Amino acid sequence: MARKVSTKRKLVMTAIAWTLGFLIFFPILWTFLTSFKSEGDAIASPPVFLFFHWTTENYTEVQSRSDYVLHFWNSVIMSVGSTLLGLLIAIPSAWAMAFSPTKRTKDVLMWMLSTKMMPPVGALIPVYLIFRDMGLLDSRIGLVIVLTLINLPIIVWMLYTYFKEIPGEILEAARMDGASLAKEIVYVLTPMAIPGIASTLLLNIILAWNEAFWTLNLTTSRAAPLTTFIASYSSPEGLFYAKLSAASTMAIAPILILGWFSQKQLVRGLTFGAVK
Amino acid sequence: MLVLKFFWEEDMTLKTILLGAVSALAFSGAASAETLTIATVNNGDMIRMQKLTDDFKAKNPGIDLEWVTLEENVLRQRVTTDIATKSGQYDVMTIGIYETPIWGKQGWLAPLDKLTSDAKYDANDLLPPIRSGLTVDGKLYAAPFYGESSMVMYRKDLFDKAGLKMPEKPTWDFIADAARKITNKGSETYGICLRGKAGWGENMAFLTATANSFGARWFDENWKPQFDQPEWKNTLDFYVKLMKDAGPPGASSNGFNENLALFQTGKCGMWIDATVAASFVTNPKESKVADQVGFALAPDNGLGKRGNWLWSWNLAIPAGSKKVEAAEKFIAWATSKDYLNLVAEKEGWANVPPGTRTSLYQNPEYQKAAAFAKMTLDSINAADPKKPTVKPVPYEGVQYVAIPEFQGIGTAVGQQFSAALAGQVSVDQALKNAQQLTEREMAKAGYPKK
Amino acid sequence: MATTHTRSAARLMMAPSVILLFAWMIVPLGMTIYFSFLRYNLLMPGMEEFTGFLNYQFFLSDPAFFAALSNTLLLVLGVLLITVIGGIAFALLLDQPMFGQGIVRILVIAPFFVMPTVSALVWKNMFMNPVNGLFAWIARSLGFAPIDFLATIPLLSVIIIVAWQWLPFATLIMLTALQSLDEEQKEAAEMDGAGFVSRFIYIVLPHMARAITVVILIETIFLLSVFAEILVTTNGGPGTESTNLTYLVYAQALLQFDIGGASAGGIVAVILANIVAIFLVRLIGKNLEA
Repeated sequence: MARKVSTKRKLVMTAIAWTLGFLIFFPILWTFLTSFKSEGDAIASPPVFLFFHWTTENYTEVQSRSDYVLHFWNSVIMSVGSTLLGLLIAIPSAWAMAFSPTKRTKDVLMWMLSTKMMPPVGALIPVYLIFRDMGLLDSRIGLVIVLTLINLPIIVWMLYTYFKEIPGEILEAARMDGASLAKEIVYVLTPMAIPGIASTLLLNIILAWNEAFWTLNLTTSRAAPLTTFIASYSSPEGLFYAKLSAASTMAIAPILILGWFSQKQLVRGLTFGAVK
Repeated sequence: MLVLKFFWEEDMTLKTILLGAVSALAFSGAASAETLTIATVNNGDMIRMQKLTDDFKAKNPGIDLEWVTLEENVLRQRVTTDIATKSGQYDVMTIGIYETPIWGKQGWLAPLDKLTSDAKYDANDLLPPIRSGLTVDGKLYAAPFYGESSMVMYRKDLFDKAGLKMPEKPTWDFIADAARKITNKGSETYGICLRGKAGWGENMAFLTATANSFGARWFDENWKPQFDQPEWKNTLDFYVKLMKDAGPPGASSNGFNENLALFQTGKCGMWIDATVAASFVTNPKESKVADQVGFALAPDNGLGKRGNWLWSWNLAIPAGSKKVEAAEKFIAWATSKDYLNLVAEKEGWANVPPGTRTSLYQNPEYQKAAAFAKMTLDSINAADPKKPTVKPVPYEGVQYVAIPEFQGIGTAVGQQFSAALAGQVSVDQALKNAQQLTEREMAKAGYPKK
Repeated sequence: MATTHTRSAARLMMAPSVILLFAWMIVPLGMTIYFSFLRYNLLMPGMEEFTGFLNYQFFLSDPAFFAALSNTLLLVLGVLLITVIGGIAFALLLDQPMFGQGIVRILVIAPFFVMPTVSALVWKNMFMNPVNGLFAWIARSLGFAPIDFLATIPLLSVIIIVAWQWLPFATLIMLTALQSLDEEQKEAAEMDGAGFVSRFIYIVLPHMARAITVVILIETIFLLSVFAEILVTTNGGPGTESTNLTYLVYAQALLQFDIGGASAGGIVAVILANIVAIFLVRLIGKNLEA
């Protein structure tokens, strides 16, 4: 029963969609291209699009100034670490909310989300003082803790919306069979929840990767992730478009590639169970 | 099963992190090598220093350097938070001449007695205005890495074409007239590029120094803000009109770096800014107009004060640091005469960090390589942070007021003046707002203090 | 028996996240409330003294406060407007049969992965700069004077940058919702002779209501605390043209180091955020129950 579509219409739609998609993507493409230009070409007017002398000197320069690998690993550790820790805490909680809801479940959820609406800077000095006293400044573990806490509401909420989709009867049946709670989770719930958990994981890795307030203020060097790395390029002296582009490309490429490869799961995750 | 796998992996990650943290602690305790964490600003001279780390390590085995390079505003926030909460994250900090006396008085910095008593370091060689700005009660609290004043940089070719000749000591009237004559918006040539980006260290540095030459002052002797006085109105009127006629578009978001890029690409006829810019605009590798740049002293209005500021970036050690000895060694290295020679040997004399040592300006090789040497020295010596204005004031500092509240007030006033430049508010309104908010903040901070 | 058992088990399972979040909220909040009643400037240690509501009085009577309040709302509403309408339009377009839909999707989703700092830097320098930016070049080659984005339309410029980051999110949610719309339902409506507009209003839009709600909820949470984009591009200026509440509190805390004032501002912002939260609960409650 597929609708018949004229090839002409299909071609027109293709053209429009590709053009708009290209426009949205253009800033990223432009950054990527600029990162291979000399500083002079980077601000040439009229701009040069493809036919310039390609060079990798900006990447060499950026690497000679900062330890990209260290910052990269810090970003990986803190985004993956905080997401996994968050899942560990959030899964039981979301499970309970989804399968034993009370009158207050919705309120608890909204309260959790509302903790995310506070301007973080208001809490910076208290948190900074606490971190100082606990020796957590410039430590990966401190960063993992903070990022876990700020993303926890989103994780709980995403998981909750997935778990709610799992029919309760299946659990009832399992319970009749005398399955223990642990078995219930491992054999019944888990297989059905995997897609939801996977997309929650992905989304939160991205959010943690891009978090730029706490990471910048609570680290100095050893635990500094890529957000700090980019902060040293924000307005250096002289011509800097090409170097800025190279540093930007290095900072966003890993997460962009991860995002593209996991696009399908991520998109499903992004809908927050709003779409059946 | 996957959930279990997650748990397991999570457990592993946590363990790895924990173990990592523990072993890092253990390592730093047990190892003999000391690591200095150094916070610096991301400008050319500092980045050059980073690249010369190996020389320091070769001369000081057992000391390792770790660099934290940040944009100026971020750097200031990070080091101020760190030192005020005594968190001890940095062993060496890059701080301005503005912070040094305030923090020194506060007891936050370790005095650099070892340097001042070291004959080889030769602290008497430091330029007097800068050294006095970094000294509190006879003790030096920070060592200057580079110093600067401001001056006029101009394009000789454009001046010739317009039939103009830059005097060595120009007046503001001459500058305004020349800027309007040179401007040709069709070919993207703008007569003058000046700072417009809001910030106490951005547009307010320029405007406060300029206001000094117009006879204005921030506060009277009783700490009463003076933005309602005619001198400030003259200053701001002059600035906004000039920039409208002869400035580049988007001037209200231009700071030092943006203007540098504009000047280097040949879009400005004149630029009044930091003397350190001289080595960048005359460097043929970076600047399209390298061979056409001339220099002059910052302009005046015949009132006895020129519109030039005094600034230096300095290295200091937080009080209570456990690595004072190693940090002193590092500071001695980075601000020594030998360091200047090292940079000269590797990168040429023109790239040596300027404005800190008298001996540099007596060095014939430097004079030959740096056409701007004399002008820089004259500009620095013309600035007097102890007596910055025409009328008497209760504060020190040329382009800033050396009180802790100034950063906040200066930036808020800078926002108002930036808005006036962008045409969002009138000059009168901007001054009225500035007056109001300064009065508010000073009242809140409890001025006048006894 | 079973129910009480599960109830208490449920409580136990919820405990870690609730306790942690509660601690995360209450400890800094308690300290912030305490600081907000002190004259406390980080740069002047040892001068702390109790000042009552003075900090609140100063914060609330600050002319910048009202500017910040309206800018915060304009920013949230502006971005929501662009992303929701743009998202629906894009979703409708992408739902049409075409070649290489997967690739277009990859292009469209990309901005979502870009760090806010990076996107702000790129937009500010390489696009919106009135001399070297690409927009300036386009304007000049078409014979117009380049627009000085960050000076003349600062808030709108920030809205554009933020909307660019969030458009992919909205588009993808809307698209998924659209694709789940029963094909036969659409066709039946088409057979009935319903035009595009009435089909859209009576069938598509109601179906997407939940998706739209989610977009609004999630985006609002993040948009209320937009910060990096403003810091990098306009620094809240010119004047206070693009200062939002988060930025205002930041200026107090990290430019003036007035911890007392910033804490008072933080508490005001928390109260306002909670008002928004209550409003959202109503909205979501209605739409998500259905």
